[in-house]
Amino acid sequence: MLRFALLRILGAIPTLFVVIAAAFLLVHAAPGGPFDSERVLPPEIEKNIRAAYHLDEPLPQQFARYIKGVLQGDLGPSFSRREYTVSEIISDAWPVTFLLGAMGLIVALSFGIVFGLTAALRRNTVVDRLLSGLAMTGISVPVFVVAPVLVLLFAVHLGWLPASFSGGTGAGRFILPVIALALPQLAYIARLFRASMIEVMESDFIRAARAQGLRTVSIVRHHAMKPALLPLLSYLGPAIAAVLTGSVVVEQIFGIPGLGQHFVNGALNRDYTLVLGLVIFYAALIIALNLVVDLLYGFLDPRIRRQ
Amino acid sequence: MSEVPSLLQTRQSIRGNRLVVSCVSLLLALAVLSLVGPLVSSYSVDTIAFDQSFIAPTLEDGRLFGTDDLGRDLFVRTLKGTQITFLVAIVATLVSLVIGVLYGATAGYLGGKIDAVMMRAVDALYAMPFVFFVILLMVVFERSLFLIFVAIGAINWLDTARIVRGQTMSIKQRSFVDAARLTGVSSAGIIWRHIAPNLLGVVIVYITLTIPQVVLFESFLSFLGLGVQEPQTSLGALVSEGVSRMERAPWMLLFPASFLALLLLCLNFLGDGLRDMFDPKSHTG
Repeated sequence: MLRFALLRILGAIPTLFVVIAAAFLLVHAAPGGPFDSERVLPPEIEKNIRAAYHLDEPLPQQFARYIKGVLQGDLGPSFSRREYTVSEIISDAWPVTFLLGAMGLIVALSFGIVFGLTAALRRNTVVDRLLSGLAMTGISVPVFVVAPVLVLLFAVHLGWLPASFSGGTGAGRFILPVIALALPQLAYIARLFRASMIEVMESDFIRAARAQGLRTVSIVRHHAMKPALLPLLSYLGPAIAAVLTGSVVVEQIFGIPGLGQHFVNGALNRDYTLVLGLVIFYAALIIALNLVVDLLYGFLDPRIRRQ
Repeated sequence: MSEVPSLLQTRQSIRGNRLVVSCVSLLLALAVLSLVGPLVSSYSVDTIAFDQSFIAPTLEDGRLFGTDDLGRDLFVRTLKGTQITFLVAIVATLVSLVIGVLYGATAGYLGGKIDAVMMRAVDALYAMPFVFFVILLMVVFERSLFLIFVAIGAINWLDTARIVRGQTMSIKQRSFVDAARLTGVSSAGIIWRHIAPNLLGVVIVYITLTIPQVVLFESFLSFLGLGVQEPQTSLGALVSEGVSRMERAPWMLLFPASFLALLLLCLNFLGDGLRDMFDPKSHTG
């Protein structure tokens, strides 16, 4: 197990390095830098600005400087919000995004498993077909369609919940964003779990348990649940990435001051350093969480470790 | 146990077929409507008329879907947006297909160390947060349809490459490939002329599974204002405009949103149905 864990951790480092290098080169090889504004600056001032941000150095040297900064948690200054550094913006914003994402994932997992289980146990009945149809709808309809429709219904017409994050206080303001964020993943998890539960329920050891006269409830609880949950674990990695992507849209719609909102605003304002820093932060987060899922999988399923 | 599943399977495959057929017809109807509608309507996609703003949907004057805040006709805009969405879906999927098939077929055909390295690279790429990279691309370069085609196509080829590699490995052991090799056809020639045509079935399934992902991603970018730019529009961009005006003019949100949802639902059902028909094992139930 230790060897497996070490190999996986070592394997993640080059991936992260490639991400940083690719993102850095993309931004620095781009035509037109962050200081190519319409207004023409006197040459000395422009030279001073370029020197202040080390843009006058050759590219490899800039890259080395940037990597050194990243290792120390310094992602450079933000170009659009000059009074802040990129690291300050990220450390201010990540808790909201993390909270939102974690709640979304928990909601998606718990409800997805319940719905998937219900559909699997009532396979080919009306209930199953209804749930499967709903799941397909949930997968197909994008977050940025679901979220505004939820706002129109529950905030504008019924007035039960606040329409925007800043317009409410307490837990109520989280309800609509979390639902919107969770729905597609919930639907996907329900489908996945239905399929894996059906497969497990048809295997020999379950038939043996049935032959012994065990009730379906105890078969599911004691025998089928664990093996059926395993495939979900390997979906957790993509699910985390999808929830982070979804949070970009959800934060935009509900006005939540998280990473996603800075990312979109930075992208629209062409704030190169902020977007670069956020891409690296998102990538590191996704790679790290994937690593955790990987290790968990290896811990639970010994066959993976031996490969 | 043995008779029951087979009976069920037959019934399900018929049901699946019917679903596939109705999805294809609905998609064709949407495509025809999006092409013909703007020609029939007397309004243009980008004529601004402030005296006509916020007209609710009505049968009068052919304002079927109403108008937006700038008095532009929403019927024409929604259909033009659907056109662009279709265009991006087709071109970006083709881009991903070409990359995926060539990569997968090369790895599968050459085998050995080259295959191992190429597939390790694919594994590593799976962990990449491509969405954020594409947004970075949109920040750095001039936003154009061409960039959208390439960027979206370039991130969706991994699944195709994996499946194509597996198929290629089994095809290359067939005798007609040996025959071609003995008559002196080059590796590139064999991949292109003998292996690629035999991959058609799998490729069709993966095309239909890729298209909804591409549509979803394009509309995601456009929704954020980082995709299709004015004066062109797409369903994602229209939904975004709709969201900003939804309290004043809910129809601005509802029409483009329903078009997008319907399109994605059809594409997903189609991909699912085709996969079940070609490969019943991949999916239980």
